[in-house]
Amino acid sequence: MALLRVTSPHAHHPMNKTGWVMLQVLFALLPGIATITWFFGWGTIVNIVWASVLAVSLEAIVLKLRKRSLRFYLGDFSALVTAWLLAIALPPYAPWWLVTVGIAFAILIAKHLYGGMGYNPFNPAMVGYVVLLISFPLQMTTWAEPRGVAGADLPNFLQALQLNFGLVDRTVLDGITGATALDLFAQNKTLQVSELWLNPIYGAIGGHGQEWINAAFLLGGLVLLARRIFTWHAPVCFLLALTLAAAAGYDSGSAASGGSPLMHLFTGATMLGAFFIVTDPVTSAVSNRGRMIYGACIGVLVYSIRHWGNYPDAVAFSVLLMNFAAPLIDNYTQPRTYGHKPVEKSS
Amino acid sequence: MRKTFSIHGGVHPPENKHQSVRTPIRFAGIPSELTYPLSQHIGAPAEPIVAVGDRVLKGQKIAEAQGFVSVPIHASTSGEIIAIEARTVPHASGMSARCIVLKPDHEDRWIEHAGIADYTQEEPAALVKRIREAGIAGMGGAGFPSAVKLGIKPGTVIQTLIINGTECEPYITADDILMRERAEQIIEGVNILTHIIKPKETLIGVEDNKPEGIAALQKAAAGTRIEIVPFPTKYPSGGEKQLIQILTGKEVPSGKLPADIGVVCQNIGTATAIYRAIVHGEPLIQRITTVTGKAVDEPQNLEVLLGTPLHHVLATAGFQADKADRLIVGGPMMGFAMPHDAIPVVKTTNCVLAPTARELPPPPPAQACIRCGMCAEACPVSLLPQQMYWFAMAKNSDALQEHHLFDCIECGACSYVCPSSIPLVQYYRASKADIRLQEQEKRKADYSKQRYEARQARLQKLEDEKEAKRKARQQAAANQTSAPAANDAQAIIQAAVERTQAKKQTANDPAAAAIERAQAKRDGRAPTDDNPLETARLAVASTEKRLQTAREKLAQAEAEGSDKVDAFRTGVEKTEAKLSEARAALARLEHQTTSATPAASDDPVQAIIERAKAKRAGLADDEDPIAKLERLLASTEARLQATQEKIALAESEGSDKVDALKTGLEKLNEKHQQLTAELNTARASQTTEGQ
Repeated sequence: MALLRVTSPHAHHPMNKTGWVMLQVLFALLPGIATITWFFGWGTIVNIVWASVLAVSLEAIVLKLRKRSLRFYLGDFSALVTAWLLAIALPPYAPWWLVTVGIAFAILIAKHLYGGMGYNPFNPAMVGYVVLLISFPLQMTTWAEPRGVAGADLPNFLQALQLNFGLVDRTVLDGITGATALDLFAQNKTLQVSELWLNPIYGAIGGHGQEWINAAFLLGGLVLLARRIFTWHAPVCFLLALTLAAAAGYDSGSAASGGSPLMHLFTGATMLGAFFIVTDPVTSAVSNRGRMIYGACIGVLVYSIRHWGNYPDAVAFSVLLMNFAAPLIDNYTQPRTYGHKPVEKSS
Repeated sequence: MRKTFSIHGGVHPPENKHQSVRTPIRFAGIPSELTYPLSQHIGAPAEPIVAVGDRVLKGQKIAEAQGFVSVPIHASTSGEIIAIEARTVPHASGMSARCIVLKPDHEDRWIEHAGIADYTQEEPAALVKRIREAGIAGMGGAGFPSAVKLGIKPGTVIQTLIINGTECEPYITADDILMRERAEQIIEGVNILTHIIKPKETLIGVEDNKPEGIAALQKAAAGTRIEIVPFPTKYPSGGEKQLIQILTGKEVPSGKLPADIGVVCQNIGTATAIYRAIVHGEPLIQRITTVTGKAVDEPQNLEVLLGTPLHHVLATAGFQADKADRLIVGGPMMGFAMPHDAIPVVKTTNCVLAPTARELPPPPPAQACIRCGMCAEACPVSLLPQQMYWFAMAKNSDALQEHHLFDCIECGACSYVCPSSIPLVQYYRASKADIRLQEQEKRKADYSKQRYEARQARLQKLEDEKEAKRKARQQAAANQTSAPAANDAQAIIQAAVERTQAKKQTANDPAAAAIERAQAKRDGRAPTDDNPLETARLAVASTEKRLQTAREKLAQAEAEGSDKVDAFRTGVEKTEAKLSEARAALARLEHQTTSATPAASDDPVQAIIERAKAKRAGLADDEDPIAKLERLLASTEARLQATQEKIALAESEGSDKVDALKTGLEKLNEKHQQLTAELNTARASQTTEGQ
């Protein structure tokens, strides 16, 4: 009888495993990915596959260098989550080297130079995205027009593969790319909102196609919420703050008006950000109250940058800015412990 | 139905309770050897009152409680004490501790014992004493002496008596089966508790996963004021503070006791033990223990004699040693893994769990914390386990305490849900131990520092005094003889030698050295002064100073609990004696110079009175009686005040001179009144004369 000597608790939740949590996040991304593919073609799928291969390989190399067990650490699937999120955020027909630079930055610098999984202060996917956006603005803003708007047909899978890997002349893309819904709003100086809305890039409430993509990410996010992968605090407060800010900046249609709250909710990276980026536990505030503040601040920042900033979308910048602030928020939002009076804290 | 409140967090691990309630409670029998750890409760270990070779009877006290928070231990069957030695005890560390070992004679003969026919006629204090004498400590797992909880501070009103039948740990059914089979005993025990603490309401809290137990209790409690309160099952609802929150909505403030918010909490097993102790006069010598897990063939609840080794209990339930992966005393959430099965069942052993490796798989290696916050969601006291984990790894004690590490009840809910399988509770336990150690060491260091500084100050003072004295002597020598320079050098050398000697003496024994120094001073000074009155005054003054120093030293020694206290006290007494001698001498001399009335006494007060008398006598020659009286009155008043101060000092030091001083004070008071009267008469007569 060899008895195991371990301390309590002896029982553990059978399904709670970091790898399983990450897998569920990946599953929840699938509806969104499918919708993107429907509206923009196979480009995003190609990017996701390429980014995944890169991310896992780079992670394996770093783990090898750090003399860590490959199987154990790759089993948490966190590299895949980073890869998928970045690939989804990139324009569907972004060239292979753009993906490579982004993933390398995300995995090597934003993640492992800080100590790897759990130790990174900034969301790796967002670091990768912002590095690309600042370094390669042209490639990062070349968005294909969605199905129903594009003049030409969307490329099929093989064409997408060839496009993304530069095997064919990429100038053919010029025929199918155009400004996005948020681009037009940012650039608009003279048109009334109703006139602007005549552009086929707009759909019923948000960007054409984009509203469906956002709805799909919302669906995935709600599934994760129902499965308690994260709590409602950060995403709900993010969406609420964005809605309120948009409502404050909306005057129902003049040329100076911002987009309507509904447009802001269902355009750009709003829902992807709300349920898959803002909820990244590693880089956000830790307490529920802290996560509410964290989410709300991101919401306000997103609207501010969209409305007054030079960049059409702002989720990545806002998230990174609030990553900075997370420790500060933590310092002031310690929950009240049983038997204690509410915490009055100074730094 | 009564409104219940919910606690923050909590988890729902698989209950696994049904396996062990299929059969009724069974007696486990008398094993071949019984082991009684001296510490089966929280507080000071009991002390054996039997010797190896003694024959004891069932229920006989074999170890006596030590101190207030402690309980005695009784033999659970008759037999012979065969050893008092260190054995492995049921403790998280698997450590050994002193145990009394009993070899049963299998006659199971009881010691004479009797219950109380009608406890309602008894004083609560007497019942509490009986409960303490019966060795009863909390049987829910913590083992806090029950009598201590029942010894409520006078003036505290207990609003609610809570009986804890929650049993929230998976697998354990000892309380459940007790409710099903012995509800009447529980209710009777609760009635006794109600009689003792007289609460406004009595609640029995039971999780709603025990419908049979609840029904049995309700039936037994019919017609009483006891209320059975079922509430939703959630781990860890059975924690004392959690249960109080669930039933009353109140929180026990951090660092306080439930009694501070008018609540007393007792386990239902404890209530039954109290019933047996009061009504039958039986001490706590057996308990119900759940034996369960997939490595036992017949999971069940056994009535086990305290001290029975685990292997006997396990064998009774059909233990498959080769299947067992670990042996847990307690439940899967908070139980301790035991190193082997030769460990006794004690007062707190509510469960022996022998799981297979499949049943409770060993924890996988820990992954990185992703701060997902599932732990914070599960924490019943609203801590931030993920933050505390980082602080624990960084050994940041300040941040840990700011995050209320010591409010962690170590329930294990955080570790249970952690997707990265981080043994969080283990980190907190280690951190708590570290911080306690740090604080202990800090206290020690502060203490040493204080002592060192006090010593330095003392030495410096002595050095300064010696230096001043040496200078004075030098001066005197120069004035008297204008000695050659060689003498000066000799004096310096002499002084140095003296200093060294003094230092040596100080190093050996401060009290003796002080006395010797004082003697040396007196001896040394006497011949240098020509005026005997002046010498006497100086002697009194310096003795007073010495007395003051000696008292200070004594006070310090007492405060530090030093073993020099006695030596210092002797020193103070000697100095006091000397002071009275010196004062008497001074008074004598003063009398000689004024009216030559001898007044010698050993008692300082007497001496003061004598001196006062002498003074008055001396002043009697003066021409103006009123001025004389006024002067006398003023000095009496001054002395009165001085005596009062002395009394205060003596009282604060707890000196035995207080009474003598008080007598002196009374006498002085009398004199004061007398003088006032005299003065008034004199003034009156003067006024009449003037008219």
